[in-house]
Amino acid sequence: MAETTMTHTGTLRPEGLRGVAADWSSDQRAFKNVSWGKAMMWIFLLSDTFIFGCFLLSYMTARMSTRVPWPNPSEVFSLHIGGVSVPLLLIAIMTFVLISSSGTMVLAVNYGYRRARKQAVLFLLLTAVLGATFVGMQAFEWTKLISEGVRPWENPWGAAQFGSSFFMITGFHGTHVTIGVIFLLIVARKVWRGDYDVERRGFFTSRKGNYESVEIMGLYWHFVDLVWVFIFAFFYLW
Amino acid sequence: MAEATADDHGHAHQAAASATARSDSHQQHPLRIYLVVWAWLFVLSACSYFVDYIGLQGYLRWTLILIFMMLKAGLIVAIFMHMRWERLAMVYAILVPPVAVLVFVWIMAIESEYTLFTRLTFFGANP
Repeated sequence: MAETTMTHTGTLRPEGLRGVAADWSSDQRAFKNVSWGKAMMWIFLLSDTFIFGCFLLSYMTARMSTRVPWPNPSEVFSLHIGGVSVPLLLIAIMTFVLISSSGTMVLAVNYGYRRARKQAVLFLLLTAVLGATFVGMQAFEWTKLISEGVRPWENPWGAAQFGSSFFMITGFHGTHVTIGVIFLLIVARKVWRGDYDVERRGFFTSRKGNYESVEIMGLYWHFVDLVWVFIFAFFYLW
Repeated sequence: MAEATADDHGHAHQAAASATARSDSHQQHPLRIYLVVWAWLFVLSACSYFVDYIGLQGYLRWTLILIFMMLKAGLIVAIFMHMRWERLAMVYAILVPPVAVLVFVWIMAIESEYTLFTRLTFFGANP
């Protein structure tokens, strides 16, 4: 973006609401200190927010408008450990796995900017492993529910929309996690090879690599965790 | 032209040494704050799990779930995704549009109340 000239760079930019007005009305790029890669990731995440927002919204509509009782998620998702039924155990573990992966991701970003390649790779791979664990547990959960007779059109415990909402929302989220794991492995390989130190050009975009790519990857990963926070609250706990 | 180009492009030529010079676009913060937030996310997740585990019901349950959810979401967006350190022009561009989703929620809540009302009226309470 060499053609985007910028005035008042550095510390002279106004802050607060005045800054919002100045940035947006500058007849230049509105996001002054954010690279295009990061801005575009944020805008993608915003669009994804609408997608997941609409999924949860349709789930709310289905649940509010049915006169058939909604299955109790606390019982549906309980696990029997040694004869004792523990409510939502698997979901709780999945939540902790995903939060752990967010923590390792943030460390990877931090070590990337410090140019500590080994630690960055280590934490990226750890994040990928935790993400894959999450997807594995979700596959287990799906298998369990399907074997118990949950289908998108029926289930043994109540409102039929339970199945369609469940498969739609968790399926879409699981797809996001899976794509994230692949994305993580690609970024980990690039950090490992030192692409971001020597500004090697990407095979797809041909743009020079730098450690901001790890942060952009992190934005995606944290978003996946963020979506899970909402799914956990609205679908599993409500 | 070259001296007036955007700072991220200009810095791309300077490789390693520029890490401090572009600190305003590169989010680098002490590890401590991440670890503290990480711990809080664990605590808040445990809290929301215990809301279900001890079987709270009704408005108390829903309120607690929403509080813990918003705190977790806020911490992730503000600290892990670095929103707290971004310029306000960017923060508003990303955080204000989802308000439209909330308006949609409000509309659909009214709509589903109406759907339920018609279902009860025409099909009765028992399925």
